[in-house]
Amino acid sequence: MNEILILTILTIITAATPLVYAAIGELVVERSGVLNLGVEGMMLAGAVCSFATAHYTGSGMAGIVAGMLAGVLMALLFAFLTLSLQSSQVATGLALTIFGVGLSALIGQPLVGIAFDGLPSLNIPLLSNLPVVGQLLFSHDILVYGSFILVAAVAWFLNKSRAGLVLRSIGDSHNAAHALGLKVIRVRYCATLFGGACAGIGGSYLSLVYTPMWVENMSAGRGWIALALVVFAVWQPGRLLLGAYLFGGISILQLHAQALGINVPSQLMSMLPYATTILVLVLISRDRGRIRRNAPASIGQAFHPTT
Amino acid sequence: MSINANLKRALTVVAAATLSAITFSASAADPTKVGFVYVGPVGDHGWTYRHDIGRQAIEAEFGDAVETTFVESVPEGADAERVIRKLASTGHDLIFTTSFGYMNPTIKAAKDFPNVKFEHATGYKRGDNVSTYSARFYEGRAVLGTMAGMMTKTNTIGYIASFPIPEVVRGINAFTIAMRKVNPSAEVKVVWVNTWYDPGKEADAAKALIDQGVDIITQHTDSPAPLQVAEERGVMGFGQASDMSAFAPKAQLTSIIDDWDPYYIKRTKAVIDGTWESMDTWEGISTGMVGFAEYGDAVPEDVKAAADVVREGIVAGTMHPFEGPINNQQGEQIVGAGEIIDDGVLLGMNYYVEGVQGDLPK
Repeated sequence: MNEILILTILTIITAATPLVYAAIGELVVERSGVLNLGVEGMMLAGAVCSFATAHYTGSGMAGIVAGMLAGVLMALLFAFLTLSLQSSQVATGLALTIFGVGLSALIGQPLVGIAFDGLPSLNIPLLSNLPVVGQLLFSHDILVYGSFILVAAVAWFLNKSRAGLVLRSIGDSHNAAHALGLKVIRVRYCATLFGGACAGIGGSYLSLVYTPMWVENMSAGRGWIALALVVFAVWQPGRLLLGAYLFGGISILQLHAQALGINVPSQLMSMLPYATTILVLVLISRDRGRIRRNAPASIGQAFHPTT
Repeated sequence: MSINANLKRALTVVAAATLSAITFSASAADPTKVGFVYVGPVGDHGWTYRHDIGRQAIEAEFGDAVETTFVESVPEGADAERVIRKLASTGHDLIFTTSFGYMNPTIKAAKDFPNVKFEHATGYKRGDNVSTYSARFYEGRAVLGTMAGMMTKTNTIGYIASFPIPEVVRGINAFTIAMRKVNPSAEVKVVWVNTWYDPGKEADAAKALIDQGVDIITQHTDSPAPLQVAEERGVMGFGQASDMSAFAPKAQLTSIIDDWDPYYIKRTKAVIDGTWESMDTWEGISTGMVGFAEYGDAVPEDVKAAADVVREGIVAGTMHPFEGPINNQQGEQIVGAGEIIDDGVLLGMNYYVEGVQGDLPK
């Protein structure tokens, strides 16, 4: 039974990691006041580019870098359209998702039906030999460790650093920030590109680790779950990590429940991430102070600098 | 999400329009035009992928005498009708609509285009110019069940299922009945993932089943992800729809292969010759519509022999996957010895047989 428990937790970690990457990036983007609904498209672009690179070079690390760059390029397109040309963020984000689905399918055409060995586990010497704990904490691939470090770094950046304060103030009121002489567009560009890089790595995780292969539309809605997660977490990195593991955990545990013969309607489980997000939205909107503290006030609004 | 779906639909229609524009300009020698409507992307390595292989087989067979087009990722429902009409109105002589949900749109469009021949996969409504066709995949499942029953050491097999519809339930039952014939103490654990296609979720389901002690995985979902997990965890499995041994060179015991090529070639030929008639086709192993990949290296000789006996028995008609005695989950006999469940009941199958664990979701 102990063994099953450990294996289950390991499965939950792989299910949660792509969500953590995609969502933490989007959290920073939204904190700067930009709403990018193109996470799904950026993930797919990342997934296909990293699989292609890993396949042709044989290097998983090169694959991760390629995935990140693909996400950045997609985000750059979005940033140029919404920040420089001031197109609607919602419409552009949706278009980016659709574009990503199509583009990744096009790039991935020669890659269907090819297998990749996957990233090796990075066993930390000595520690990974510990019973139970070693297997749970110290024998993952590099991206799993990276996700924890990334969340901690983002939490520190947003709450403790001066640059994080600048980013948050721009997200809360771009006009006031602009009046103070802060570079609204430049900071938003950086945040959006960071979000793209994270979504790209999330995609890499899908095509290199989770299911090491390329098939069309393989993210299967995880980008949307990541978007829901950001709201679920009330724009706080710590809660986002918790939420990703909760979402991942529920979906894995319901599969186990079914295999054990316990009846859970699986349709209900499929909608649970979204249903809980709605619930959280309702709960937090009962307490206006709470939203004001965390939700970026000028999210989704185009910024017209007054000269 | 619905905005996304709507935009997707809009794009699909645009895609259809573009495609028809292409075919307009290319019709020089007046070849027979064959159109395909796909529910998924051609790169899914599963259902749609195999239909597209069939389309390519038509081109290879007839060369310049035919011209084929396809529209992929067409959502089931009203917009499918627009795509079908578009194909019909741009000079296509024969149109294959390859998903169950295209049934009503196909019938509707067919009424307005009496000179165009339509072929709808897996449906049950026909017309003067609408045929239906499907494959008896359950025959293939019976072969897999035989192999699994002989090879399992833990006596539990994991079955990753998509949606609780008769087609899927029939497969689970055919598998289980054949498995219990060779190994009466083996049982099947079913996990429903509620999707035809989500590699991540399918992989998770495979992991959950393996963690709970199954040593063979089989699936009624479309991606190679479960097999890949089986390979990684050192258990065995069966491929789905196409040969997936590239993803699991050690783990794949064999794979059911949807082989539409002969049927598509036959029907196209009928249109070229002017002998096409509306009919219903439900074929299995005997005509090759249900095929198999090579046995994997892990399959022992006696298992190969037993699997071949089942295959040949089904082809010869001396064996039927749903021949009694068959018990329900409570152990009561529902089909007597020697009796065979008829096609009508098979098409609406909504219960588990003995040997399947858990309750069928309603």
